[in-house]
Amino acid sequence: MSIAAAFFYLFAGVCVASAFMVIAARNPVHSVLFLILAFVNAAGLLLLLGAEFLAMILVVVYVGAVAVLFLFVVMMLDVDFAELKQGVLQFLPVGALVGIVFLVELLLVVGAWTFGPGVPRSIEAAIPPLETMTNTEALGLVLYTRYIYFFQAAGLVLLIAMIGAIVLTLQHRRGVKRQDVARQNARTPETAIEIRKVQPGQGI
Amino acid sequence: MAEFWSSYLWPLIVVAAQSLLLLVVLLVAIAYVLYADRKIWAAVQIRRGPNVVGPWGLLQSFADLIKFVLKEPVIPAGANKGVFLLAPLVTCVLSLAAWAVIPVSAGWVIADINVGVLYIFAISSLSVYGIIMAGWASNSKYPFLAALRSAAQMVSYEVSIGFVIITVLLCAGSLNLSAIVEAQNGRFGLFSWYWLPLFPMFVVFFVSALAETNRPPFDLVEAESELVAGFMVEYGSTPYMMFMLGEYVAIATMCSMGTILFLGGWLPPAPIPPFTWVPGIVWFALKALFLFFLFAMVKAFVPRYRYDQLMRLGWKVFLPLSIAMVVVVAAVLQFAGLAPR
Repeated sequence: MSIAAAFFYLFAGVCVASAFMVIAARNPVHSVLFLILAFVNAAGLLLLLGAEFLAMILVVVYVGAVAVLFLFVVMMLDVDFAELKQGVLQFLPVGALVGIVFLVELLLVVGAWTFGPGVPRSIEAAIPPLETMTNTEALGLVLYTRYIYFFQAAGLVLLIAMIGAIVLTLQHRRGVKRQDVARQNARTPETAIEIRKVQPGQGI
Repeated sequence: MAEFWSSYLWPLIVVAAQSLLLLVVLLVAIAYVLYADRKIWAAVQIRRGPNVVGPWGLLQSFADLIKFVLKEPVIPAGANKGVFLLAPLVTCVLSLAAWAVIPVSAGWVIADINVGVLYIFAISSLSVYGIIMAGWASNSKYPFLAALRSAAQMVSYEVSIGFVIITVLLCAGSLNLSAIVEAQNGRFGLFSWYWLPLFPMFVVFFVSALAETNRPPFDLVEAESELVAGFMVEYGSTPYMMFMLGEYVAIATMCSMGTILFLGGWLPPAPIPPFTWVPGIVWFALKALFLFFLFAMVKAFVPRYRYDQLMRLGWKVFLPLSIAMVVVVAAVLQFAGLAPR
């Protein structure tokens, strides 16, 4: 068994085990931490495939940003998940049935999967020879030439999602003191301070 | 068996030995960086700083180490024990792991990977977990508040650091750290390093690095005047020491990143004989120490930011500025025909 195979089994095993622990853990924060472990191991699997750019981006985006937000929300929510999980055994048969039906459907779909006649050729034409460049360059070359419209469309969808989130949550409360930094910086001693000579025993 | 030895075991031993050497040198260097930090801070405030243990206090950091290790670790009764102890480990190990890809001289790097910059970026984006986990597992108000605000801070400044890195990548045309240094090797010595053409980005990188490592003036994580000691309130002895160690190693990483991205890494300041005789590691160390000196001076004389000022600086000033710079740099490279092939 080569070292690569040993690492594959290590990453894959930890990945599956931690994915299981995500749903099995009693504490929701532990669930999210196991989810992070699963992400990191998936990144390890991508590394074994030689897709180092994707592996690093997976860690930066999913672990470094998305999972942090998950963790935030779960920590702040204070939901008693132990109480929620009380009826697990009661609903287990229904859940298992749905799961099995879903699994069978997935197997049928994937099993019957065939590529159209033109697809392999067009996929191969898009991929530059990997011996001549790193996979970051290879990815960039197809992403910004052949798939530029899809790339831009994905960016547009994300932009709209972001604007939507801001519109939904932004509310300007009135009557709250706000700092206008430009005005604050424009203040000088002349405009801000008034100096008076106060005579003893007289007051202002 | 012979094949197993030559293709697997021997490289493994070599890498392990290299890593051990790097770690020992790095940790001893960190001990003196910490000492330098305290000395510089003291000098600015006209104090003496540590001067008792050893000649001029040179052994102070090692005395502190022994003190921390010999203390009794206290775990609060309400704490989530596993996560509580995992947090300092995560902080410490992640910050050390970043050093695997940092080239300290030509060819002196443990793993010369294609995506070195992204690796460091990924590692530094992971280091926020140490803080969040510590804050949550302490099961106490102040640590939790500190962890939340520090996580928001680190995530915010990571965005602008990302764009700064992109501008450097546009100029260098590679994600490999050694290649980035080599791309700065020009006729004009220190004037062909990227700090000059990308000067605004160098400033943004420096300030973001301060925020990313939770250094003053952005040390809202600790903020002893409001949150006691931030997310580390409940920690003592060895776990606390691991947080401190992780913090200082992260600072050293950021200084080296600044050196590699903007100050030409191990390259001599002028490509002529008296400078080229000096080994690259010396130049690298000098440049990184210069950046650290700036870090220490900023700590000594800049007052702490308020939290809303910090967020405003990150999102409303640095982010638009760095995005604009990415566009400008890309346009200049493209239309002036300077883009690397």
